[in-house]
Amino acid sequence: MNEMKKINLIVNDKTYQLEVDIRESLLDVLRNRLHFTGVKEGCSVGECGACTVLIDGVPTSSCIYLAVFADGKKIRTIEGLEKDGKLSKVQQNFIDEGAIQCGFCTPGIVMTTTALVESGNKFTDEEIKREISGHFCRCTGYQKIFDAVKKSLDDK
Amino acid sequence: MGFKIIGSSVNRLDAVSKVTGKAKYTNDFFEREMLCGKVLRSPYAHAVIKAIDVSEAKALPGVIAVFTSQDLPKLKYATAGHPWSIDPKHRDIEDRMILTDKARYVGDSVAAVVAQDEIIAKEALKLIKVDYEVLPHVLDPEKALEKGAPIIHEERPNNIVNDFGNEYGDYEKDFMNAQHIMEGVYDTSIVQHCHIETQTAYAYIDTDDRIVIVSSTQIPHIARRVVGQALGLSWGKIRVIKPHIGGGFGNKQEVIIEPLVAAMTIFSHGLPVRYTMTREECFISSRTRHAIKFSLKTALTKDNKLQAIHVLGISNTGSYASHGHSIIMSATSKFRPLYNFKSFKIEPKTVYTNLPAAGAMRAYGVPQMIFALESHIDDICRKLDLDPIEFRKQNLVSVGHEDPISHVVVRSIGLSECIDKGKELIKWEQKRANYKEQTGDKRRGLGMACFSYFSGTHPVSLEVAGARIILNQDGSVQLQVGATEIGQGADTAFAQMVAEVLGISIDMVHVISTQDTDITPFDTGAYASRQTYITGAAVKKAALEVKNKILTIASRKIGLQIDALDINDATIIEKKLGKEICSLGEIAMEAFYDRTHSHPITSDTSVNIRTNAIAYGVTFVEVEVDMKTGVIEVIEIYNVHDSGTIINHKAALGQVHGGVSMGLGYALSEKLMFDEKTGRPLNNNLLDYKLQTIMDTPKIGVDFVETYEETGSFGQKSLGENPTISPAPAVRNAVLDATGVSFNKLPLNPQTVFEKFKTEGLL
Ligand code: FES
Ligand code: FES
Repeated sequence: MNEMKKINLIVNDKTYQLEVDIRESLLDVLRNRLHFTGVKEGCSVGECGACTVLIDGVPTSSCIYLAVFADGKKIRTIEGLEKDGKLSKVQQNFIDEGAIQCGFCTPGIVMTTTALVESGNKFTDEEIKREISGHFCRCTGYQKIFDAVKKSLDDK
Repeated sequence: MGFKIIGSSVNRLDAVSKVTGKAKYTNDFFEREMLCGKVLRSPYAHAVIKAIDVSEAKALPGVIAVFTSQDLPKLKYATAGHPWSIDPKHRDIEDRMILTDKARYVGDSVAAVVAQDEIIAKEALKLIKVDYEVLPHVLDPEKALEKGAPIIHEERPNNIVNDFGNEYGDYEKDFMNAQHIMEGVYDTSIVQHCHIETQTAYAYIDTDDRIVIVSSTQIPHIARRVVGQALGLSWGKIRVIKPHIGGGFGNKQEVIIEPLVAAMTIFSHGLPVRYTMTREECFISSRTRHAIKFSLKTALTKDNKLQAIHVLGISNTGSYASHGHSIIMSATSKFRPLYNFKSFKIEPKTVYTNLPAAGAMRAYGVPQMIFALESHIDDICRKLDLDPIEFRKQNLVSVGHEDPISHVVVRSIGLSECIDKGKELIKWEQKRANYKEQTGDKRRGLGMACFSYFSGTHPVSLEVAGARIILNQDGSVQLQVGATEIGQGADTAFAQMVAEVLGISIDMVHVISTQDTDITPFDTGAYASRQTYITGAAVKKAALEVKNKILTIASRKIGLQIDALDINDATIIEKKLGKEICSLGEIAMEAFYDRTHSHPITSDTSVNIRTNAIAYGVTFVEVEVDMKTGVIEVIEIYNVHDSGTIINHKAALGQVHGGVSMGLGYALSEKLMFDEKTGRPLNNNLLDYKLQTIMDTPKIGVDFVETYEETGSFGQKSLGENPTISPAPAVRNAVLDATGVSFNKLPLNPQTVFEKFKTEGLL
């Protein structure tokens, strides 16, 4: 029943070889096995967006993505955004705009925003909202989150 | 007031750690061989547990422990996060055990399992056999009050948790002499906090035989006490640690899972056990907001002054008392310093039903009361053809107003200015005129609603707060408080206070954000919007003590009197001349290392605050109602607050945004639903429970009127919960303005609106 499988996960540019239970979610493997605890769990059924990571550049809810599917794929988490001790622009904007309160939704939203910025596309205000709408935040009323995302897209 | 750092928008101290994923929350700590705890929950709303067979579950490989109420001490305890009361008459109702022997709602905790991992724990749950004798259940509090209703707790056969109220003045006479008597019934629904991190904790027994619990709690010191009470253990045997928490909103002002997780480790020989609620469990087995139905009756004089009010309230507390009657008592006290009623009679009832237990939620009963009151005020104005703003203004209390029951005094009130600002921002006059006599499919309207709120719980509860400051060799300090940072930004506000008093920069204040009951000063925690007001007083006192000690050394060194000296930019100065004398660091070094006088500088102090400060505010809103679909769109919304001195504008803005968003959810979409026949929850997940997303949330305008509150350590009053209070009645009043239809039950979701339009013949 609990079949194990060997996989390679490339997380923030580093390769990890692991043997995982085929039923394990990517979220569980990232958090419990590799201790990427910046990836948060708010519902584990794909509703809240807290567990969002980038898989080959695409924002994905890691709680409903099996670890075995991620074999050989490039995964980016919040822990990988800081470069040479410097925060990414998106991170800095979230701080400066006051978009962080309890911070539990923050890593997921920052990852989605990072993907939007890196896509190089332009977004209207409505489109920004649509892109972020998969993330719940109960603290901020989304006002400052919206501002931080917009600023990140503007300052490219 | 000439503050330097108070009032500035410094960034949150924990922002970097949160935006990099380094901030550690309860589930980010790992212990070797951490076990997983799970709970078997009742499928019935009301049932006696006749027998439980756990043998098969216990036999499953990988299962460490299975236990039921039979295995636990028969101790009933109260879970509400209130300070302990030495007076037994003032205690919360003790009606709960860690695991129950009778199911009182769908989801009640029947048995617990500890296993090597989650998959095994879930398997084990399926192997537990429970023999239930299903009893009739009751969900509606009015039905629960009827004769012959199912009895939920034997100790209270009439299902009434409590029904004491208040009365003042010659209420009968005021009604007899009234020019107008107005009546209305206003009802709210059950909603939930939906903090994104669910309830979670882990526990182990350390080598000193003490139980250590790491928990996502707003109230670590209270949690320690309640765990002791629930398990019959000496309180000092328990240690509670609170790391970063992913939101609370009152739901973590209650000791819900800590006793259970402590029991789990006890049954597992002290090995570490983690128990995290699933989102579905969190919706029904943590707490909810009380649905309260208020019937209001008011007496008006012939010059349209509010004279007397009669408040009848029925509060549905669900299956356990939790915060119990305190919620409706808070609701019916905190509205009183708003309008100048000469007399009142308040008759509240808190009633058990077979629903999830309701508890504390942001603004503690007041959103329910203000929904009723402010809707009622608009109904009065409509009926008597009065201007709703002028009418409110004419009836506001003024400085010096003293509540006849609580004796809380209004020492500052900027509500009238708040109203003026809001009116201006939304262009009230112009738009109200434009929106008269609409007939189209889309109709616009304007509404507003005011509120009053307290800062902390005095005089109902103890308001003790502790703070500790340690001066380092370089003049920087560590600050420790027992009140918790839960996302609201309290730590940053405290750091600003210390920096202000000590004349140092904010980056010289290191706040120890983690609370640990072994080492953290005593403080009852984060609730009642008490932190800046109550804990802020302790922080100021501690900082002044440190400052005094610093200047004592400086005075000894320099020869000038202490009060001739001050600290500015981490430098000791002669006040009068503004002359720099030496660095703060030099004084600190002497304090540490002087061979004769060495005495490192610290302060460890507390305050017991016996005042309260009334904060005020108003919501102005413009809506567009789609008459065909019942969809209400918020076009513009403004909240204007009088919270005294604003300690940090950026953080304050964030509090208002979040509170208004929660208030809009309350107004328009949120409602936890249950099947009448079975009592089962119908939407206990984030897909079906309509939480506000970024798409639903309009731009939220915010402004402040900064009065100076003499009793606040820096002139401040409460703010955290306040913004949640008035959006719902403002929206309701705007819909009334747009359509002429009064909605007296929340939420105004499309279905309700559509159905009501139909019955009113508008469709
Ligand atoms: S935890 Fe993955 S979406 Fe909520
Ligand atoms: S900051 Fe708390 S949920 Fe978004």
